[in-house]
Amino acid sequence: MINKEVKSIDEAIAGVQSNMTFMLGGFGLCGIPENCIDALAKSGINGLTCISNNAGVDDFGLGLLLQKRQIKKMISSYVGENAEFERQMLSGELEVDLIPQGSLAERCRAGGAGIPAFFTPAGYGTEVAEGKEVREFNGQPHILETALEADFAFVKAWKGDTAGNLIYKGTARNFNPMMAMAGKITVAEVEQLVPAGELDPASIHTPGIFVQRIIQGKNYEKRIEQRTVRTKE
Amino acid sequence: MGLDKIGIAKRIAKELKDGYYVNLGIGIPTLVANYIPEGINVEFQSENGVLGMGPFPFDGEEDADLINAGKQTITTLDGAVFFDSATSFSMIRGKHVQLTVLGAMEVSENGDIANWKIPGKMVKGMGGAMDLVASADNIIVAMMHTNKAGESKLLKKCSLPLTGVSCVKKIVTNLAVLEIVPEGFLLLERAPGVSVEEIQNATEGTLIIKGTVPEMEA
Repeated sequence: MINKEVKSIDEAIAGVQSNMTFMLGGFGLCGIPENCIDALAKSGINGLTCISNNAGVDDFGLGLLLQKRQIKKMISSYVGENAEFERQMLSGELEVDLIPQGSLAERCRAGGAGIPAFFTPAGYGTEVAEGKEVREFNGQPHILETALEADFAFVKAWKGDTAGNLIYKGTARNFNPMMAMAGKITVAEVEQLVPAGELDPASIHTPGIFVQRIIQGKNYEKRIEQRTVRTKE
Repeated sequence: MGLDKIGIAKRIAKELKDGYYVNLGIGIPTLVANYIPEGINVEFQSENGVLGMGPFPFDGEEDADLINAGKQTITTLDGAVFFDSATSFSMIRGKHVQLTVLGAMEVSENGDIANWKIPGKMVKGMGGAMDLVASADNIIVAMMHTNKAGESKLLKKCSLPLTGVSCVKKIVTNLAVLEIVPEGFLLLERAPGVSVEEIQNATEGTLIIKGTVPEMEA
C-alpha cells in the first residue's frame, strides 16, 4: 500500500507557488476544501488561476483569496453571491472565464482522463462559442472544448483512507471527483481519515490513484449558503 | 390581472407527465415541485448532483452536504441518488432528463433564450443553463411577460447575450401560454381575465392567434 497521508496542512500544500493554476472542488460552499483554502490564504502566494464552479462568498471559501487579491483569473460557471468578486471583475482587476457548468465538469474530467478535447452542443450560438471550432454531428452543431489541467487540485471528501481512496457525502461530491483526476498534484482533505482496508472497495467514489496527498481535516465550518426550511404542521 | 408566480408554477405543473425526470431552474421553476398533479410520478434532478429531490427540510434538520443547484438546503426521497457533476451533465446532455423548466430575461420568436448576462451590469454566469438548453428536447420557460420597466420579454430577436439558440418550446407567463412555432409565438391559452389584446400589446415578437383562444383552466 502506498501511504498518501500527510500530517500537517503545510505539508499538504507544499510546493504551491504564485502564478500556478489550481482546481478547487465544491458547489457553492458545499464540499469545498476549507482547510486548504485557509492555508492558501495564509501562504501569501498570488497571481493564481483558480478553476472552481463558484467563487465562494465575500468572507468564506474562495472569497478569502479574492479579498487578499491572490487570484488573477477565475474559471467558473457561476459567480453570483459575491460582491467583492463582482467589484473586481467589473473594474477589470480580475480576469474571468465563464463557461457552462457541464462543459466545466467535462473539461476537468477530460483533463484527468487523457482526452485533449471534445465536442459539446452547450454554448453553440452564444459568446461561449466565439473562436471555437464548430462541427456538425447528427445534424446538430457542436463546439470544440479543450481539457483543463491544474498544477494542484484541492478536493474535499467525507471519508478517506491512507491509500487516498475517497468517499463523498450527499451533494458535496459535485466537482471533486473530476478535479481529483485532473490535478498534477491532488490534495484531498477529509472529515474522517481511516487506515487503508477500512473502506469497502466497492463503495469508493475516487480511487486513490488520483490522489497524491491526503490529510485529516479539522474545524469544518460547512457553512450553509441558503438555509431553506419548512415548518412542521 | 393575470397569474402570480404560483399560478405560473401551477400551470407548468400540468405539463408534467408520469415517469418524467425533470430539471427545475432557480426561481418560479422551483415552485413547480409543489404542484405535481395527483397520480403522476416524476423525479426532480438538480444539476449539482442529486436525483430524487424532496421538499425543504424541517427546521433544525438541514444538512450542509445536501443542497440543490440554487444552494438551498433540501431533502431526498426514497430512491434518490447522488452523483458527480460530470455524471449529472451526462444525464442532461444525453437527453435522459425529459423536461427542463427555467426562467428567462428574454425569449425570441424562434426560440432563442437569454438569461445569464446583462453586459456592464450583471454578470453572474450561466451555471448549467447553457448545457440544459442545448440538449433538452422539451424546454419550458417560466417568466413574467414583461420586465420591470413594462417592456416585452417576448421579442423578435433577443437583445441580451444568448444562452441558447432555437431551443425553447413553450412559454408560460403571467398572461399566457405560448408555443414556439416556425412563424412565431403561437398563443395557446390566456390567463384568467386577460384579453388577447392585452397579450398582443405585451408581446413585441410575432404573435399568432388562431381562432378563439381559450382561457386557462383553473
